[in-house]
Amino acid sequence: MRLTCPHCGARDRREFTYHGPASLLDRPAPDAGEAAWNAYLHLRDNPEGESRELWYHEPCRAWAVITRDTRTHAVHGSAAP
Amino acid sequence: MRLDGHGLIDRTSPLSFTFDGRRIDAFSGDTVASALLANGVRLVGRSFKYHRPRGIFTCGSEEPSALVTVGRGQGQEPNARATMVEAAEGLEVRSQNAWPSLRVDVMAAADLLHPFFGAGFYYKTFMWPRAFWERLYEPAIRRAAGLGRLSGVPAEDDADKAYSFCELLVIGAGPAGLMAALTAGRAGADVILADEHPRMGGRLLMEAEEVDGLSAADWAEEAVEELASLPNVRLMPRTTVTGAYDGGVYGALQRGASDTFWRITCARAILASGAIERSIAFPGNDRPGVMLAGAVRGYLHRYGVAAGREVAVFGATDDAHRTARDLTRAGVEAVMLDAREDAPAGDGFEVLTRARVTGTTGRHGIATLTVTHAGGARSLHADCLAVSGGWNPALHFTCHHNGRPRWDEALATFVPTPDAVRGLAAAGAARGDFSTHGALAGGAAAGRDALAALGRSAPEAPLPRAEDRPVRQQAFWMVEATGRKWLDLQNDVTDKDIRLSAQEAFRSVEHMKRYTTQGMAADQGKTSNVAALALLADATGRGIPATGTTTFRPPYVPVPIAAMGAGARGRGFAPERRTAADTDHRRRGAPMIEAGLWVRPSYYPAPGETTWRQSCDREVRTVRERVGVCDVSTLGKIEVQGPDAGAFLDIVYANRMSTLAEGRVRYGLMLREDGHVMDDGTCARLPGGRWIVTTTTAAAGPVMRHMDYARQCLARDLDVSLVSVTDHWTQIAVAGPLARRLLDSLGDLPLLPFMGCAETTLGGAPARLFRISFSGEEGYEIAVPARFGASLWRLAVAQAESLGGAPYGLEALNVLRLEKGFLTHAEMDGRTTAYDLGLGGMVADKDAIGVAASRRPGLVDPDRPRLVGLVPIDPAGVMTAGAHLYDRSAAATRPNGQGHVTSAGHSPTLGHALGLALLRGGPERHGEVIRLVDAMRHVETEVRVGPTCAYDPDGGRMRG
Ligand SMILES: [Zn+2]
Repeated sequence: MRLTCPHCGARDRREFTYHGPASLLDRPAPDAGEAAWNAYLHLRDNPEGESRELWYHEPCRAWAVITRDTRTHAVHGSAAP
Repeated sequence: MRLDGHGLIDRTSPLSFTFDGRRIDAFSGDTVASALLANGVRLVGRSFKYHRPRGIFTCGSEEPSALVTVGRGQGQEPNARATMVEAAEGLEVRSQNAWPSLRVDVMAAADLLHPFFGAGFYYKTFMWPRAFWERLYEPAIRRAAGLGRLSGVPAEDDADKAYSFCELLVIGAGPAGLMAALTAGRAGADVILADEHPRMGGRLLMEAEEVDGLSAADWAEEAVEELASLPNVRLMPRTTVTGAYDGGVYGALQRGASDTFWRITCARAILASGAIERSIAFPGNDRPGVMLAGAVRGYLHRYGVAAGREVAVFGATDDAHRTARDLTRAGVEAVMLDAREDAPAGDGFEVLTRARVTGTTGRHGIATLTVTHAGGARSLHADCLAVSGGWNPALHFTCHHNGRPRWDEALATFVPTPDAVRGLAAAGAARGDFSTHGALAGGAAAGRDALAALGRSAPEAPLPRAEDRPVRQQAFWMVEATGRKWLDLQNDVTDKDIRLSAQEAFRSVEHMKRYTTQGMAADQGKTSNVAALALLADATGRGIPATGTTTFRPPYVPVPIAAMGAGARGRGFAPERRTAADTDHRRRGAPMIEAGLWVRPSYYPAPGETTWRQSCDREVRTVRERVGVCDVSTLGKIEVQGPDAGAFLDIVYANRMSTLAEGRVRYGLMLREDGHVMDDGTCARLPGGRWIVTTTTAAAGPVMRHMDYARQCLARDLDVSLVSVTDHWTQIAVAGPLARRLLDSLGDLPLLPFMGCAETTLGGAPARLFRISFSGEEGYEIAVPARFGASLWRLAVAQAESLGGAPYGLEALNVLRLEKGFLTHAEMDGRTTAYDLGLGGMVADKDAIGVAASRRPGLVDPDRPRLVGLVPIDPAGVMTAGAHLYDRSAAATRPNGQGHVTSAGHSPTLGHALGLALLRGGPERHGEVIRLVDAMRHVETEVRVGPTCAYDPDGGRMRG
């Protein structure tokens, strides 16, 4: 499997570290309340199909939002966060 | 028998090897199998169960019978297929699974007992008495049955693994594969063409036909030359693709002087793996000399070898006639035994119609056979019986993602289901297009489809002309006659075993496989599975499509573990990181221990010291009383620069860092977003704007990733940049009452207050000086560029020794910090919070990572396990890390657990053991006596709970 790094292009999956869904970019305010923080920290979708994910490309240290199809592993997009 | 004027071997390069000590003459381009046949050797091995004589059955990787051991000692390879091993000068080839010799194998007596050894015999015969199974029966059966033996000595460590990427992977270089690669290669696509054999061309090298007016072999050679001239095409001969994995990844085993296991990732793949001929079950069909008809043709055209002098060909297809025709034209006597009523006339050879081979004779190879036919019954002399039950597409990879093949009634074979593996398309014989024209056309079409999928345009090109006879195949699996009719030649499975399986209710094809072991040998039944399931279908009355196939799984051919795990043996298992002063540590005899990927000195033995504790205690005392130096280069170092560096550090640290003045150092705590402690360390602000974040050795990588995350994902607007400089700087700790004197002996270094820092020079080299302490003594850390690291270390050790000091290792470092109650990842174990560790006050009221979550009620519950110090009531009491804590009177059971010891050791300074522990409600229990139990190491002692810092609690010594 290959993933696309915004800097380096298509690279082997083993160069990347998975972090979580791209929704982690929407970090609640410190005073957003327990429910918002609970959802942010613990609740995850498990999509079949298109998934937007945060990956770290270890060799160049770039973080990327990779749009990926969980059924086919096809990468449909990759962009800096 | 070698035939002049035939074959693609290099007759100008003769060579010889040995088989069981006998000299075998061969030519460059031969396989071991072709050379054995050329030398008239038919008996090559013994079967797994009955030790029946076995010969060469095929000319490819599907070989079930001719397994041999190649080489000896370190380079010994058991179970090599003689059909795939290239003949080489001096090669030592031995037969296997026979004793005392291949011709006189006493274990062949097992064959006489075959009525007892039918399918499932080990479930029945050896069941009683029960205890005998493990002690007697199983070892005896294992000794008797089997394959080649391992040498017992470590193998040569020369296998390799490798990775490659391409747009299009073409599997197999027969007519379909060559045409697909030409089509895609000419259009500029990035193509890898992999083929099992040393010479590409597949069946084109094994048939007497023409392509585009050239001999098929010459056309193939031209095609390969053209492909080799294309810079965008990579040719991988001797490479068997072994499996189709997720996301366009294919495994491949490349043979050569050593094996290389490849992982090839491609956008598209074309399966042009051809077809595998199937046999027919008839009595005595397992004798050496009984071979597949296509293989006999292959040996003739590819290697110039006649597999026999008098050859009978038995089959039910026009394709089988080609074997009789080609042999006849080459001057070998051949007769065609055609099972069909409407068999065509022979092209220069005799044809018996409605023929059935009903038996064979010959001790170590076939000598005669009996046949019934339309004209009666006959006995024939033959030293080779070429058999063809038709061809099965080699569709294995299309089923590796659990796809199932489809039964094609017209071809009487299974064909691939399209799109069963995403991105993989079968072409040519692998798809059921058995004619050469069909293969060329299918390959070209698959090549064009792949180009379209890759977004490339495909120029139209004329198709090479080739034979296009209609292909007729029929289901003809078995001759109805008495006698043992063999299916799986390696595991000795007969038609009777299949019927027995059905009778005993193992009617599913998966059950039949396991009950009879059909297809479970090293060849996975490539030449026999379809016939076996056809017989099962017949026995159960369900028909072939309803019976279905067993599951196809990678690898397609056996892959040596040495190739899969290449390089990962011994020290190759993980890379090793060494500090600049590594050789100096080793020269002093320091035992090196692993710390993540780093290796660090654990202690430096002095003359007369025999245990690590003696060295460690001395090193601790030296630091407390004189001065010690320690290599701390493995700590992570991250430089932070930019106008917003302070604001950025306020996001990653739980405490406030932006208020740090230039020339000062502050202890910092990083949290994960869920509120638990991630790492601790110091943060220094050098005059001039650089900030240096120090991490623990283990967390250097994760903290870098975490800070990159904060920078790129959370604080996108801040003007700040980060760089890891862990490897760039050697850092040496100097600690002890004489630390300053040591510094002054090194050079003109600035005076610093506690928690001060400066940029300076040392011996002309740039240097950084920090006044920080992990030991509780007056302490400094000096950093110089790594290329000066070894000299600084030597100088510092020499000066320390002149002051009565010494170097100290990881053990002493750990005791020193334990006496002070400083933290490591034994305490920051991923479940602890700043509150648990007594650092709750550091969490500032600001929007930093983890601050919001760290205030959740559950994380600030006073009853949580929280950090305390432990001292034994008995001064000689022992404490161990990992021991559990209980109330004094409570039983040492899980529900009574009060916490556990995170770190423990002997304090030479205080003269007794010391521990740190996470204890429920810890800080509120100071003074309490509790029980420490380590059931694993049989330690039990009473300890008093107290503060974490056991030595110099007000810190006067380190502040100086
Ligand atoms: Zn990158």
